[in-house]
Amino acid sequence: MGQERVTVSDAARELIEELKAAHGPIMFHLSGGCCDGSAPMCFAVGEFRLGGADEKVGEIAGCEFWMDRDQFKRWAHTQWTVDVVPGRGASFSLEAPLGKRFLIRSSLCAV
Amino acid sequence: MSSAQVRPAGVDAPAGPIHESQSFAAHVKTLERSIPLRKRYGNFIGGEWVAPLKGGYFDNISPTTGQVICQIPRSQAEDVERAIDAAHAAAGSWGRTAVAERARILNRIADRIEQYLPFLAAVETYDNGKPIRETNLADMPLAVDHFRYFASCVRAQEGSLGELDDDTVAYHYHEPLGVVGQIIPWNFPVLMAAWKLAPALAAGNAVVLKPAEQTPLTILVLAELIQDILPPGILNIVNGFGIEAGKPLASSPRIAKIAFTGETTTGRLIMQYASQNLIPVTLELGGKSPNIFFADVAAEDDDFFDKALEGFTMFALNQGEVCTCPSRALVQRSIYDRFMERAVKRVEKIRQGDPFEMTTQIGAQASNDQFEKILSYIDIGKKEGAKVLAGGAANKLPGELASGFYIKPTVFEGNNKMRVFQEEIFGPVVSVTVFDTPQQALEIANDTLYGLGAGVWTRDINMAYRFGRGIKAGRVWTNCYHAYPAHAAFGGYKKSGIGRETHKMMLDHYQQTKNVLVSYSTKALGFF
Repeated sequence: MGQERVTVSDAARELIEELKAAHGPIMFHLSGGCCDGSAPMCFAVGEFRLGGADEKVGEIAGCEFWMDRDQFKRWAHTQWTVDVVPGRGASFSLEAPLGKRFLIRSSLCAV
Repeated sequence: MSSAQVRPAGVDAPAGPIHESQSFAAHVKTLERSIPLRKRYGNFIGGEWVAPLKGGYFDNISPTTGQVICQIPRSQAEDVERAIDAAHAAAGSWGRTAVAERARILNRIADRIEQYLPFLAAVETYDNGKPIRETNLADMPLAVDHFRYFASCVRAQEGSLGELDDDTVAYHYHEPLGVVGQIIPWNFPVLMAAWKLAPALAAGNAVVLKPAEQTPLTILVLAELIQDILPPGILNIVNGFGIEAGKPLASSPRIAKIAFTGETTTGRLIMQYASQNLIPVTLELGGKSPNIFFADVAAEDDDFFDKALEGFTMFALNQGEVCTCPSRALVQRSIYDRFMERAVKRVEKIRQGDPFEMTTQIGAQASNDQFEKILSYIDIGKKEGAKVLAGGAANKLPGELASGFYIKPTVFEGNNKMRVFQEEIFGPVVSVTVFDTPQQALEIANDTLYGLGAGVWTRDINMAYRFGRGIKAGRVWTNCYHAYPAHAAFGGYKKSGIGRETHKMMLDHYQQTKNVLVSYSTKALGFF
């Protein structure tokens, strides 16, 4: 793995391009807590309001990737690849109706 | 039942029986079903089963086998609007209905669930993957009791009056909010619906409810079983995906409150929608609950020690898909080796298998994406250097269960800075660490973004009291865990949410206070 905090698998990149074509510019916010926690949530830019509590942790396929700043502190020793699997998270994420779900795969930071 | 007069739930269903797994079919063979499962369901709106207006459906999969069970409406904004229309048409008269009558209807719902309990339990197991033992002994009996509890609460509730002076009285009335939205999670589909529906209906609101897209079936079967009891429009069920059906509901200017259980990002999104309409929210967003074992639990090898070991093993209940899963275990150093040796043995005895076997203790994860997420967490746990003391992999079961989503109960040993200690995995995975002093235990317990549940195990009542008060979580189970009785408040501190369910105080979250301020004086004040 390289130095990038967040990278993207080929399958996820393909899905991101599909979602951009359907919804315009999109972004990600990483969830925490139960049910569909620890999952990248994908929204049209502007749908999810970012605030001072959020931190931009990277970009994947031209999309900003954000998460809660406090949560980031607890994830900071790891780096992530956004992948996609068949499934249906109960969230407001844009890919859910396609029967696909973005998924985080993690490894320890190379640096 | 008089439901034959109402159009059945299977609107426009294709011909032929639904797919039933061998285990499900064998299990329900002897049960009183009263209604068939439908190959395709409609939305339940205004007391009628209606097809989604744009006609879209999605496949509902059983996690027990990975096979499609039935089709569910893929509703859009216009379906949600229709449901909100129906709710508004019903809300006025329902809100004015005598509490005795509202309570009677809640009690009838409870009776009906009880009447068909084994059948509803089987459907819930088929749809969610949890073992039949749990749906029969926990999910459904608790759902029954929550309806009865709120039926009682609302009858016993009264307003207040304040005699401000000899001529002036402030009357306070509880009034319903009107039409409320509820978005239900997939881990306890019927029970979580009951937690939200019972207080909302008791308080006199009409509800638009969206089940989770992974587990919509049992709520629909239940609606079909109780449709002859419900005044039309007080319960409306719209199925579909978050972005397509959840958003139009949560962001509607025509709802007076939105309730959600799920994760933090969607929780924030729900609050954001609510802020645009200036309506209240209740949220339950999960935790990373510590389960603390003090050395004195092992002072004797007795019933209490056995109970504490069972308390450790509770992380596997419901396959770990519980917002309050005790997924961090903190064990005092002086007993650590002895305790863990026994605890791991206990975990290794957990029987995972066919969810329809009464002896099965844990079943399938609710969906493929959940299954994959848990495996990705087990992977990072290993990479972080956590030691696997038990499990640590998927479980391949034989026969038709081979394509189901099963994960072995897993015990990690590590430290609280690891990701597996910091985020809810929502799987049968516990991360164990050691502490020396009570102060250290409290620091570790509270070193989390969340604060939903916690467990404390000790024979020392003073220690139990200090920890009960010291842990920043909405519920501290003391010498017990995973009990969810009505009349004990449930909700989160910190990022775990807003509001308290399963207690009469939840009525407040579905009511607003009307103050009528009355002067009984006939004299002018003399100001003008």
